[in-house]
Amino acid sequence: MAGADGDDSLYPIAVLIDELRNEDVQLRLNSIKKLSTIALALGVERTRTELLPFLTDTIYDEDEVLLALAEQLGNFTMLVGGPEYVHCLLPPLESLATVEETVVRDKAVESLRKISHEHSPVDLEVHFEPLVKRLASGDWFTSRTSACGLFSVCYPRVSSTVKAEIRQHFRNLCSDDTPMVRRAAASKLGEFAKVLELEYVKSDIISLFTALASDEQDSVRLLAVEACVSIATLLPQEDLETLVMPTLRQAAEDKSWRVRYMVADKFSELQKAVGPEITKNDLVPAFQNLLKDCEAEVRAAAANKVKEFCENLPEDSRETIIMTHILPCVKELVSDTNQHVKSALASVIMGLSTILGKDNTIEHLLPLFLAQLKDECPEVRLNIISNLDCVNEVIGIRQLSQSLLPAIVELAEDAKWRVRLAIIEYMPLLAGQLGVEFFDEKLNSLCMAWLVDHVYAIREAATCNLTKLVEKFGAEWAQNTIVPKVLGMANDPNYLHRMTTLFCINALSEACGQEITTKHMLPVVLKMSNDQVANVRFNVAKSLQKIGPVLDSNCLQTEVKPVLEKLAADQDIDVKYFAQEAISVLALA
Amino acid sequence: ILAMSSAATTPPSVDKVDGFSRKSVRKAKQKRSQSSSQFRSQGKPIELTPLPLLKDVPAQEQPDLFLKKLQQCCTVFDFMDTLSDLKMKEYKRSTLNELVDYVTVSRGYLTEQAYPEVVKMVSYNIFRTLPPSDSNEFDPEEDEPTLEASWPHLQLVYEFFIRFLESQEFQPSIAKKYIDQKFVLQLLELFDSEDPRERDYLKTVLHRIYGKFLGLRAFIRKQINNIFLRFVYETEHFNGVAELLEILGSIINGFALPLKAEHKQFLVKVLIPLHTVRSLSLFHAQLAYCIVQFLEKDPTLTEPVIRGLLKFWPKTCSQKEVMFLGELEEILDVIEPTQFVKIQEPLFKQISKCVSSPHFQVAERALYYWNNEYIMSLIEENSNVILPIMFASLYRISKEHWNPAIVALVYNVLKAFMEMNSTLFDELTATYKSDRQREKKKEKEREELWKKLEDLELKRGLRSDAIIPT
Repeated sequence: MAGADGDDSLYPIAVLIDELRNEDVQLRLNSIKKLSTIALALGVERTRTELLPFLTDTIYDEDEVLLALAEQLGNFTMLVGGPEYVHCLLPPLESLATVEETVVRDKAVESLRKISHEHSPVDLEVHFEPLVKRLASGDWFTSRTSACGLFSVCYPRVSSTVKAEIRQHFRNLCSDDTPMVRRAAASKLGEFAKVLELEYVKSDIISLFTALASDEQDSVRLLAVEACVSIATLLPQEDLETLVMPTLRQAAEDKSWRVRYMVADKFSELQKAVGPEITKNDLVPAFQNLLKDCEAEVRAAAANKVKEFCENLPEDSRETIIMTHILPCVKELVSDTNQHVKSALASVIMGLSTILGKDNTIEHLLPLFLAQLKDECPEVRLNIISNLDCVNEVIGIRQLSQSLLPAIVELAEDAKWRVRLAIIEYMPLLAGQLGVEFFDEKLNSLCMAWLVDHVYAIREAATCNLTKLVEKFGAEWAQNTIVPKVLGMANDPNYLHRMTTLFCINALSEACGQEITTKHMLPVVLKMSNDQVANVRFNVAKSLQKIGPVLDSNCLQTEVKPVLEKLAADQDIDVKYFAQEAISVLALA
Repeated sequence: ILAMSSAATTPPSVDKVDGFSRKSVRKAKQKRSQSSSQFRSQGKPIELTPLPLLKDVPAQEQPDLFLKKLQQCCTVFDFMDTLSDLKMKEYKRSTLNELVDYVTVSRGYLTEQAYPEVVKMVSYNIFRTLPPSDSNEFDPEEDEPTLEASWPHLQLVYEFFIRFLESQEFQPSIAKKYIDQKFVLQLLELFDSEDPRERDYLKTVLHRIYGKFLGLRAFIRKQINNIFLRFVYETEHFNGVAELLEILGSIINGFALPLKAEHKQFLVKVLIPLHTVRSLSLFHAQLAYCIVQFLEKDPTLTEPVIRGLLKFWPKTCSQKEVMFLGELEEILDVIEPTQFVKIQEPLFKQISKCVSSPHFQVAERALYYWNNEYIMSLIEENSNVILPIMFASLYRISKEHWNPAIVALVYNVLKAFMEMNSTLFDELTATYKSDRQREKKKEKEREELWKKLEDLELKRGLRSDAIIPT
């Protein structure tokens, strides 16, 4: 192999291998991360006969090293000589799949799953499947947990005798003594069901599913809900009622809120999996109950699904179901005691208007939107405002504008800066929908007030907002409404506000174009080069660099260059630095 | 450079409150309370027919009346609704009070029929799905726990149950039909309650059950095992770890010698990994107690325990490191000299790292070992091994540590070593410089090695087709 380089080139490799034994974890880790290089240098033969046994023996290391090792081995197939020899990787990965630390184990399983595909069907039965069996009957829970993730990758490619054994092992793990193992099995139930023949789905999987769904531990039961989606998808419609629905009904009314939460959280998937008929008969009442659940967590999860659930209802009865069954629950949620519930609802409720159409929206939904716009919790109001576009399409935003304005103003002045930040981000959207007149009259002053907010993040967002507004309303609008106010701040006694002028100019010059920039903005910037505060002066240099490309070359030479040269001789080191930078970027030297 | 001129002194307005105040300040509201998750909003008002007091009826009627009262107390009230059923809530409270007194002082009340009724009443009241924690980021160290709203009844039920279990007439052989595995499992789940008052009662209840029901002992240990494993490897959330460890402390105390493999496995595979959990400080005292109990039972476990602690030694959390050092000192307090010799090298390599920690509390905690007479005697006996391990760190900190108190402590330690073994000390001082140089050289060699390796990879990249068979 590395013959052309002579033995010399192997020296670093020898040291690297030595480093795998070093006392310092960090050094071992560095070395293990170069494992592929070591293997490459050793060649496939020595990797198989020397390196891998060595690695298998040193598995009692720090978890961090083991994690790196587990990951590396998943990509080692070529380095041991290709698919023909891939089974050599199984012993070290098997040990790694039994360690205590979950992260390491999971990575080992991931790598095992990866290399399983590189095994020939024969090797899979001779080498891989016995490993799965050993793990599945290990003493300590860790190996059995790992086994759960390996059944589905080997099942499709082995003979029917071995298949029967695999099913038996999976069955055993589903009723394992340790809840950790049952959880692992339950979480892989759906995946395993997908690779099984339909007859075994009906005979094996269903009974396991039913058993797991009534486990004594709620942490196991809730995982069965997840599996329910895959299982229901696999079964023919006529079997769902008898095989799946009793369990699902029971889960939706489980005494543990965690299980009910899971049902609510997976509701759209469940709805798709069981189809329209069962949805109408079973899921609608179940959904109503979840929306009225005694735990806020469950109500919030269900509220989040309101729009999706309604969208996916069968078209022939959609409107009736929504109006008679869902809407009454939604109305109650608008005045829920828990703000997370209200806020979850507010994030989807506007979506109902497209489904229900104009008249229903005005009659039934509008009062709810308006109520939520007045909610005491800012998140609720924000969520409504952020989804205005859905309503706009159906009834136009004007219907809302009366209530919208106070809500916006209040959010704009909220004590929490993150709330203020959030509402700023919706300004361009609102401006577009409300139109320029409404904006000038009601919202412009808010946008200007943010420019002098005491939190930098707000001033920054306000600057960015101005750019987007100019893009919407045009340069002329900018010149008449925004630019004078921005430039006025250049004389503010607070240097932070003076700097805001510069930041706004940076943001606006391109959108406003050459004329406005040269005529109105540039003189102000140049004048500010005499500011007493160094921070303002070096921001002048930065601004000039930024707006330079918008200006014509004559202006650059006659007006900008002298000022930058003056700043380049400033006594402050930062001012000098940025002035010089601007000179070189604008090629004025 | 922020040159503030006189023109720029207007401070930004600070009249608005921002979201950065400390949690503890923000949460100074009233204590929160919550109730079990089983109540669907109010149904009809509850009516219980008042019964005569037990002491007012003839003795032969008392057992029957006792049963009736137990049945009445199975009714559970909604305490989140502070206005509903006030009269009946009060009636149940006084009945429970009466039952508590009755089981404490009466004789001959415990008929065989009473057992299932007692267990049923207790189950109806205490077994409930615990509600979700009020905030996702509930921090037991910083936040007030959420208190159980139905405590006025719940407390009396627990009180009653404990008196019942402790009563002289109580017969485990009858009770075991009702206090079974399923009962215990539900009891253990309640240890996750956020209310510390409830966990305290649960601790006593579980302790009594463990003491009286021999057939349940292995089951209880196994379930605690599962709770801990889930806590360590899955959720990192369980409120009752400290309480369960406290019970285990006394259970371990009672283990027969030689220890069973099951118990050793519990030590190594469950108790030691518990040290890795983020909220260690909430149960560390109880955990360390359990560990020391084990070592006092069987000193040969010292090596695996210390190796385990070294494996999980905190890498970034200084607060935890101080806890580890504290626990290690407790272990060293009871260590046998023969065991000490087996573990001293890796142990003092870690201690030497701690001593040179830039965090002065860690360094200080480690240096305090030298104030411990027993540890000192062990170090002295093995100074020829320990001194070379410690010397470089001590010597370096004595010159560089930022904290004068640490430097002073290090001087004392160096002085102690000098007195212990002056020949070795002088030798190490003499070779200190050349040793450092050798280390630096090695460091340099390593750097070069990595460089060479990169070259090698580059070259290999060019002709990789030739190496990897396809």
